[in-house]
Amino acid sequence: MLEGILIGLATAVTPFNLMMVVAGCVIGTLIGMLPGLGPMSIIAIMIPVAIGIGDPTSALILLSGVYYGAIFGGSTSSILLNAPGVAGTVATAFDGYPLARKGQAGKALTIAAIASFAGGTIGAILLMIFAPALSTVALLFHSAEYFALMVVGLSAIAAFAGTGQVAKALMMTLLGLMLGSVGEGALSNTPRFTFGLMELQSGFSFITLAMAMFALPEALFLVMNPARAATGEGGKISKLRISGAEARSIAPVIGRQSIQGFFIGVLPGAGATIASFLGYAVERNIAKGAEQDEFGKGSIKGVAAPESANNAACTGSFVPLLTLGIPGSGTTAILLGALLALNVTPGPRLMVDEPGVFWAVIISMYLGNLVLLILNLPLIPYIAKILTIPRTFLIPFILFFTLMGSYLGQNNSTELLILVGFGVVATILRFADYPLAPLLIGFILGVMLENNFARAMQLYRGFDFILERPMTLALLVLAILLMVLPGLRNLRARKRAGGVADGD
Amino acid sequence: MALDRWIALAFIALCCVYGYAAFFTMDAQLPPILRRNPVWPSTFPKILTVLGLIVGFIVLFSRKPNTGAAPKEGAIDLTRLGDYHIGQAIALLVLMVVYALTLRPLGFLGSTVGFLVLGSLILGERRFHILIPVAMLAAGSIWYLVQEVLGIFLRPLPAMFM
Repeated sequence: MLEGILIGLATAVTPFNLMMVVAGCVIGTLIGMLPGLGPMSIIAIMIPVAIGIGDPTSALILLSGVYYGAIFGGSTSSILLNAPGVAGTVATAFDGYPLARKGQAGKALTIAAIASFAGGTIGAILLMIFAPALSTVALLFHSAEYFALMVVGLSAIAAFAGTGQVAKALMMTLLGLMLGSVGEGALSNTPRFTFGLMELQSGFSFITLAMAMFALPEALFLVMNPARAATGEGGKISKLRISGAEARSIAPVIGRQSIQGFFIGVLPGAGATIASFLGYAVERNIAKGAEQDEFGKGSIKGVAAPESANNAACTGSFVPLLTLGIPGSGTTAILLGALLALNVTPGPRLMVDEPGVFWAVIISMYLGNLVLLILNLPLIPYIAKILTIPRTFLIPFILFFTLMGSYLGQNNSTELLILVGFGVVATILRFADYPLAPLLIGFILGVMLENNFARAMQLYRGFDFILERPMTLALLVLAILLMVLPGLRNLRARKRAGGVADGD
Repeated sequence: MALDRWIALAFIALCCVYGYAAFFTMDAQLPPILRRNPVWPSTFPKILTVLGLIVGFIVLFSRKPNTGAAPKEGAIDLTRLGDYHIGQAIALLVLMVVYALTLRPLGFLGSTVGFLVLGSLILGERRFHILIPVAMLAAGSIWYLVQEVLGIFLRPLPAMFM
């Protein structure tokens, strides 16, 4: 391994490759900040540039720099505008945005930068140690287990929605799954639920739905209730520093979530999004008393957990790509395409045949994380200036960016009408206190869930896979427990309270 | 009836439409060879329909937990809906629809400048000497970024000019 590290250092620390790391991180951060342009689209756009470079090592270094730059940039718009441009940073907005509204945007951004740095660095160390070993673990998971794992993920998200909210969160998850089933299914190419409309043939766009669920209702709420826009310190970012006590409270969170996030990232199909949501949910459940109540209202742990988890998961998602040649996520699938175009075939032989590429990418991950930290910490006050723009200017711009985000993805103005329609629905749902994140997660996971379900059904000619694979059964039982337990706890609490009906 | 129950009712109605499509319309188009498959394109939607109806009825009929929590600061209180600037919000939504419809015929630059200026006007901004240059600068630089740097085609001017 030491030899490999030395090879990697020798390759990565050339002036040209260092320039690639910096360029990748800067481009990724700047574009990732624009809501609507996620890492997938940015990397896809950068592929012609990367192939133009010619050297596969430099190209991969540039593209991976863009990848974590985009994830980091996405967290900035999540915190400042509640407009996550990347699915992996949706969970950051849960607490990052309330912190920004309390006038602590600077602190939230600092924590995000530090947590991302720690997550990425710990992820890179784990990647170095576990890359060969983990490939065998990932192979043990078949489609039946993936299906069960996703069911557990969805029910965990609903179960952690809060008291009295579990059924509502489940309802939103199912709505998301239903929206995800619109369009041409993977099973057969028959269009489903398109009602004859050409525009729905390829389904709803994830970006449009994300904009409609988060950015648009927030902007409309800002319009309706101007008091909401008032930030505690008039938008001035004075408190960049975090206190010693705060650092001590988030350090274990960052440590735990970096490791957990990495292992979730290794599982194909899981990736940064699930890692960040699960990291948030786990930390919220571990936290005690007042700290737990603070989640969702501006908890610093609620920013640190998803940020370290999503960066560690980004690193983790390189494991199946580099060791098995199987992309675990959409983004790594695009990277795989770029690698093949550069005449590098990722797989178990990569470490043997082209150790330079393998180790240089890992070393460049350390460098990339360092560059991101150096680049972002001094820039935070300038980035956070966005909050001092008067709302008469800011709101049209937020609306314009949501429109642009969904337009650029599909280059189709019907998408904008869908955006407005879903935005109105989402605003009404927000009025009635329905959680919207489960809807989006259901939508993202819907396609993968159905594909794995269908594959398991085909392999076992029916529902037998549930009984024949003990791990699947155990995971599904866990999912049912997660959904039922909060309800039972409520029921018991109500009985104890003496049963005075409070109807409405 | 509270708003959240109306939404649950709407969700149940949606499930019925979705379920009708899944149970009664989708299987007819299935080619015979695929009928031997243990899983059909309609299988997953059927499961979703059943689960959706169960959860919908749970939300509709379950008793509201008496949380007694104070309303969140800055949250929207439905009982005083009249106090809010609902008109402005609806005007902005209409403006977004107009933007969607004019983006192609008017071109990106024209419709974007119009959207940003009208949006600020709706919100009460009257400083035109700042407003118009900012809108033009923003529209121009975003067009340059998207079209020239990222290489995504955006028609800048009305269709008749190019």
